[in-house]
Order: sequence, then structure tokens, then C-alpha cells
Amino acid sequence: MARSPLSIGKFLLIFVSWWLIWAFLQTILLMGFGLSFGIALTDSLVSNTLVALSCGFISNNLQYYLPKKERYWYILFLSLGLSILITIACKGILVPLLDSLHRDPNYANFFSRSWPVRFDIIFLQVGCMTILSVLWYSSEEEQQQLQRRSDAERLAKEAELFKLRQQLAPHFLFNSLNSISALITSHPEQARKMIQQLSDFLRGNVRKEEQQSVLLAEELQYLQLYLEIEKVRFGHRLITVIHHDEASLNMKLPPMLLQPIVENAIKFGLYDTTETVTIMIEARAEYANVGPSDEFPPGAPNYVIISVQNPFDPETSRPKQGTGFGLSSIQRRLYLLFARGDLFETRVEGPLFTTIVKIPQTTHNTNI
Amino acid sequence: MIKAIIIDDEPLARMIVQEYLQSYPEITVVQECGDGFEGIKAIQQHRPELIFLDIQMPKINGFEMLELVEEPPAVIFTTAFDEYAIRAFENHAVDYLLKPFNKQRFDKAVRKWLDQYMAVQAPMPGDAPVESTTVSSGNKTRELLETASHSPSQQQRVVVKTGGKIKIIPVEDIHYLEASDDYVKIHTHNGAFLKNKTMNYFEQVLDPSQFVRTHRSYILNVQQVTRIDPYEKDSHLCILQSGASVPVSKSGYVKLKAVLGL
Repeated sequence: MARSPLSIGKFLLIFVSWWLIWAFLQTILLMGFGLSFGIALTDSLVSNTLVALSCGFISNNLQYYLPKKERYWYILFLSLGLSILITIACKGILVPLLDSLHRDPNYANFFSRSWPVRFDIIFLQVGCMTILSVLWYSSEEEQQQLQRRSDAERLAKEAELFKLRQQLAPHFLFNSLNSISALITSHPEQARKMIQQLSDFLRGNVRKEEQQSVLLAEELQYLQLYLEIEKVRFGHRLITVIHHDEASLNMKLPPMLLQPIVENAIKFGLYDTTETVTIMIEARAEYANVGPSDEFPPGAPNYVIISVQNPFDPETSRPKQGTGFGLSSIQRRLYLLFARGDLFETRVEGPLFTTIVKIPQTTHNTNI
Repeated sequence: MIKAIIIDDEPLARMIVQEYLQSYPEITVVQECGDGFEGIKAIQQHRPELIFLDIQMPKINGFEMLELVEEPPAVIFTTAFDEYAIRAFENHAVDYLLKPFNKQRFDKAVRKWLDQYMAVQAPMPGDAPVESTTVSSGNKTRELLETASHSPSQQQRVVVKTGGKIKIIPVEDIHYLEASDDYVKIHTHNGAFLKNKTMNYFEQVLDPSQFVRTHRSYILNVQQVTRIDPYEKDSHLCILQSGASVPVSKSGYVKLKAVLGL
């Protein structure tokens, strides 16, 4: 529920000062009509206190009940009703009070002549307060709704990102375990080494779930683990080449992004040809303002560009088949993280298929 | 001697089957193969009684390989994890081993097959004639293939054998299919290929938004259509980009119009 503006210290102070100023002005005004200072002061204090209390009441009341429909009729009738009540109360209090205090016979006469003006002013004050309160609570409510909606969206996005990261291929895991099982009797040392590598790989997978972004250097190390395991599985059929420039090593990228791309390339390469397969992995830093192309406006953030290349047989498979689950989930992740659809690209040159991702480097790389 | 062949693209996976088979002196592994092409050749050459077959393999998978073998031997599948395949296996008696598998599970599969095999090899005199295991496991293998090939991954391409060579045809390359006795003739821009399947099979397996059975004996790729001409009473002729014309029956015309959005 929205908080009443009067519950905030700053607003309460403004509210009280406002009524003091108003009371002071009314006292001067009444003295101009020939009333003595005492009478004028009592009159303005009593009537302004009543109005102030009513305004406080309205503000508080609307906190609990804010009409959705017929909102403006509600405002009108509420202010009108209250103004009438206040005017009657003023008369009921002031006339007997001042009569007993100052014994001024003219006051009752003055009041009955001035009540329409009083009523007008009170109606204006109460009306203003009602409208202000309604606007205040409406905007509070709207803000809360917006907050709720953005919270819900954020949660959905996080859940989706989590799911996308979780796609550890069961094929890889079970086949690796099968290889270990085969090695255990004949090459126990190698089996132990592979268990170690697989454990490190899985541990990295679990730990990285919590990280927001990782350095390319770390990610490459992690990739190495994965490649070692794959090489045990596929023997001499799999060759991998990794190139990177110095600058790119310190650049950041979302965790668990590189490995699925390479995994996809290996699968695509190994299952689409029967020969030896070479997977090329390349990472380079790109500075938008001094970059080789002018496609980025100067001052745009820098990128780390990673490309992964694998051979395939153009005779029998269409590259779009290769963009199986592995790649569509990468594309989706990049979109969710950076809200951009141009960070992912695939290329076909002859019998080579290349996947290219661009990771923007922002100074506040916190939400990836 | 019982001849066996191991077909798996991972050397270590072949090694473990080889190792487990050491305790079966009656079974000899005559060859190990790293992919389906080698597998087909080896099966034709050695005529084995039993094969151990992986599913995910280079170029053609285990199911596709079996489709191309004329008389498939008994098969024990060895696979890591494949939802569709497992579903397919469950409905059929062909055994499968989920990687990694232990010796006990392996023994169970091999013993089961061996018992059946021995029963056929040495029938007791006076017993009712027993159905040949090779025939029955062959049938089971065929049944399995029918089910397995309904998995979505199978609809992307068609594998055919032409003059001893294996050809993989991406479905986009198919112009139209034509019934031809017990076969289906697959017309592509590289010529026509025969496949030992039925029209009903292709009608079920191919993407219905791409392929329409316009006639009892024809299925065409709607991407290839350039023109539809009226022919005789109630029937039409569809002219394809290649210039070929395909008959369209009355009911086929209705289906074709629906798919083309006319």
C-alpha cells in the first residue's frame, strides 16, 4: 500500500508551515475589515485548524480507499461535503466562542455576511488537497505496479538464462564416462587423468553458474579441459587450433558461452565428415574507434570477437541444420544479456562453417 | 564360430565391447568400424551374425546405416543417450546398452541373444520348427527402424544406395517422389534414386507443409511448383521448376491448394 505523503517528515513540515502562513494572511485580511487583532487571530486559527484537520483526514482516508471508477465525482462530492461541514463548524464554534471572549456584538453579523467567501476559500483548499492526494496515490500505485512488472520480467529473464546455461549435453557426459570405463583396465593412469579432467570441467560448470562474467583467459583454460576430454574420445580425428591476441585475454564474456559453441562445432564437424576434423578458435579484441572498419560510431564500446570454425560437407547438409539447439540458445542468451540481435553471426565459406560472437565490453559489466 | 562386428566412431567405446567379448570364446570380432560406410562394407563382406552398433556416428547414423543393409543381422545398440531411440527400443525386442554399461548388463544382452541363436542352430528333433532368429531379429530391426525414423531428426534427409555408393539427399533437394513397384523413386536435380520404402512411409515422415501427396503415386515438394495446369476432367498437372510434370488428382488438388494457401 502506498504511504501517505504526511507520513514523510519533509512533507509534514511543509504541510504545517503552509497552514501557519495561511492563518497569518487571514488574520491580516480580517484586520483590514476592521476586526481587532484578537478576534482576527482567533477566527483564522480556529477556521484554519479545522481545514487543516480535514485535509489531513482526506489525505489519510484516500490512502485506504482510492476509487477506481467515478474518481472525479468522488473528489467533487467529498470536497463539497467537507467544505459545508467545516463552514457550519466554524460558525458553531466561532460565534459563541468570540461572543463569550470579546463580547463583540458585530462579530455574529460579520460572520453571517462573510460565510459565502469563507465557504469558497475552504472549498478551494479542500478541493486542492483532495486532487493532490488522489494524484499522489495514483502515481504511487502505478509505480508499484511498474516495479512489480519489472520484477516479474527480471525473474523470468533470470530463469530463462539459467535454463540456457544449464544445457550441459548429456551425450558428452555419458560418452566420456564410457571412455573412462574402457580405459580403466587397460590404461588406469589415463583413466584417472580423464576423471580428473572431467571433474574439473564439471566443477567449473557448477561454479560458473553464479558468476556474472569471466575473463577470456579463464574461459580458454576451461575450454582446454573440455577439448582434452573430447580428444581422448575421438582420438586422432580431432585437431584444435586456438589463436588469440594479448588484449583479448583480459576481456570479459558471459560464463559458459564459448564451450557450447565449440561443442556444437565439434559435433557438426565430426558427424558431418569422416575425415580428420580441425576446429579453429580465434579471439581478438576490437576497439570500435580505431577498428579496421567504420561500422561502429566512434566512442562505442569495445568488443571481443570470437570465431569458431569447423568443416562440414556442403553436399549433404545445409548450414541451417547445424544451428541446432546449441547455437539458437547462444543467440537467445546474447539477446537477453545485451538486448541486441547483431552480436551473433554464422558464415559459410566453401566447406567451412564459422560461428562469430561479439561481446561488448562495458565498464559496468555487472549484469552479464 | 559366431562372427560379430563393432561399429562405433569412438575407439575407446569399441575397445570396451571388445574387452567384454573376451569371455565369449564362441564369438569372434571380425572387424571394427569407425563409421556407417565402413560398417555397410564390413557387413556385406563378412555376413556377421551379430553387430554392436552406435547410433550417433559421422555422416550416417546407426539407423540410416541399417536401412541400407539388405539383410540386417541381429543388432545390439550401444548408445549414450537418445530419447527417441530409447522410445523406439522399448517397443521392440532388439536389445540396447546405455553407455556406460557394465559387464553384467552386457552379459545379459549377449546371453539373451545367444540363447535364441543356439535354439535355432541346434533344434531338437521332433520340436516344432522354430522361426529363424536371423529372420526374426531382422524383422525386429525393420520394425525398429520404422519407429525410429519418425523422430524429427530423421526427416531432414534421406539416405539411398546407388550403384554401391551411398548418397545422402537433403529433403530440400527432393523434387518429387514417384511410386515404382516395391520402391519409391526419389527425383532430385542430380537424378533419380530408388529407395525400398512405401509412399505411405514418406507421406508420414516428410514435413506435411513442404511435401504434399498429390496423387496415389506421387508426392511433390511444394517449393518446386511453378504452375498448375488443368488436365483431364477433375485432374490437374503440376509443372515443376525442373520442367517435370506431376499428376494431381481431385483430392490431391484440394490438399495442394490448402498447403499453398490458395
